Amino acid sequence: MAKLGSAQLPADASVPSRASTAVTKPAPRHSALVRVTHWITTLCFFALLVSGIEIVISHPRFYWGETGTVLTTPLFQLPIPSSRKSVPTGYGYVLPDQNGWSRALHFEAAWIAVLTGLLYVISGLLTRHFREDLVPSRADLSGRALLISFAKPLRFERPSATEASSYNGLQRLTYLFVIFILFPLVIWSGLAMSLAFASAFPWSVTLLGGRQSARTIHFFVTVALVLFLFVHIAMVCLAGFWNRTGAMITGRTATRKEHA
Amino acid sequence: MINLSRRKLILSGLAATAGASGLAVVARLSQKYGLVPPDHGGIYGLGETLTYASQRLLTRHSLAREFPHSRISPRPFPNEISPLTEEFKRLQGGRFADWRLSVDGLVAEPASFSIADLKSYPSRSHITELACEEGWSYIAEWTGVPLSHVLNLVGVHPEAKYVVYTSMEPDTWDSIDMADALHPQTFLCYGMNGGDLPVRHGGPLRMRLPRQVGYKNLKFITHLTVTDKLKGFGNGCGSVACEYGYAWYAGI
Repeated sequence: MAKLGSAQLPADASVPSRASTAVTKPAPRHSALVRVTHWITTLCFFALLVSGIEIVISHPRFYWGETGTVLTTPLFQLPIPSSRKSVPTGYGYVLPDQNGWSRALHFEAAWIAVLTGLLYVISGLLTRHFREDLVPSRADLSGRALLISFAKPLRFERPSATEASSYNGLQRLTYLFVIFILFPLVIWSGLAMSLAFASAFPWSVTLLGGRQSARTIHFFVTVALVLFLFVHIAMVCLAGFWNRTGAMITGRTATRKEHA
Repeated sequence: MINLSRRKLILSGLAATAGASGLAVVARLSQKYGLVPPDHGGIYGLGETLTYASQRLLTRHSLAREFPHSRISPRPFPNEISPLTEEFKRLQGGRFADWRLSVDGLVAEPASFSIADLKSYPSRSHITELACEEGWSYIAEWTGVPLSHVLNLVGVHPEAKYVVYTSMEPDTWDSIDMADALHPQTFLCYGMNGGDLPVRHGGPLRMRLPRQVGYKNLKFITHLTVTDKLKGFGNGCGSVACEYGYAWYAGI
């Protein structure tokens, strides 16, 4: 089974050329730009998550459409206490208001994340990073290959050295989905909540179905990104946490000696 | 491991110098064109400045979205207000006939207006959304006199940069730049959904800025000061909200 899986990896084709350059100097698993932008994005993501949760606490109700207040019926309400006493939560206490720094941190981290993301996407296009490392081959997309990439980690099977030097079809699709669907959507729905931005670009709100819809979409895309993060970390642990993390810091992988 | 040739060193040095002087030029130009907010200091100053500068470049003249009558929210949510002061209750008892809005600072003729004075000027209405930074929002029709009309009456000096507005609620004031002060949708608002502005929504007079979130839309406005600098007002960052950690510019 494992043999079958690795045989379907597109990276196999490029392994000989990589191996030959590796004699003199091992090619980095991740380029310097990918590594730097990865960790800046990591920091920003945590800042955005913490400050975002804090902002939601001031109004843990979500609506669909343009408007919504405590006087209207919500789409759903999170079962958490609130930092505003005007919100009926069922809890007998009100949390302290932390929205000032939360908003400031949220927007500052968003700026840094967006600028970092732009740098990553532009350089990824110029250096063919997306085409070579992330766009799946046709073989990657066969139902069987996808099923194997899905089933292996569920059986806690470690990827082989060849597999760890590249991404399988499922990983490629997931990364592309996160980079080109989830991140743009979370930025768009965030911008749509800016009253001034919406004044200049009203379609940014209308296309999402209204201001409150934009806020609800922002929330669900965040949930999707957090789910991705959990799976991402689980996969890193499965492949060898220090090895993979080291590869994202120094660019080099320990040559599969993590058992030694 | 790191192989620094002389050429690389010189090139990096040149790049760093160019970058630093480039930043200095950008900083000077931003100051000159009013792209730096008063709360640009501190760890969040970078984010505040990027937000304010890009909003001023992109949205200086854009109009807040307006809605048809049918979209007006049936039950506008009145956010909490401080307990009404004795002075307020006295004015309320007189149906706000004695309410005064005074205007001073960098103006040709400091003046004071009653609500009746303000209502005698051409009134404007817009049906816009009031959105709170907490997340909720509703749509209402807001009626008032454009702030620009009152500023023209008192004659604003050309060096004016900000309008500071003060509420009757204790220790409550804020400020906006001239782009927002002269914006056609910025109202001294005295009417809501066809009637007088209810006290719980800030009546008799509220600052209505549909392109900024709720906390900039102060209730119970009594005083305007036109100024070229915010130093001397509180701790200089432009608002009381700012002193509690809330951004001065709140178009986001």
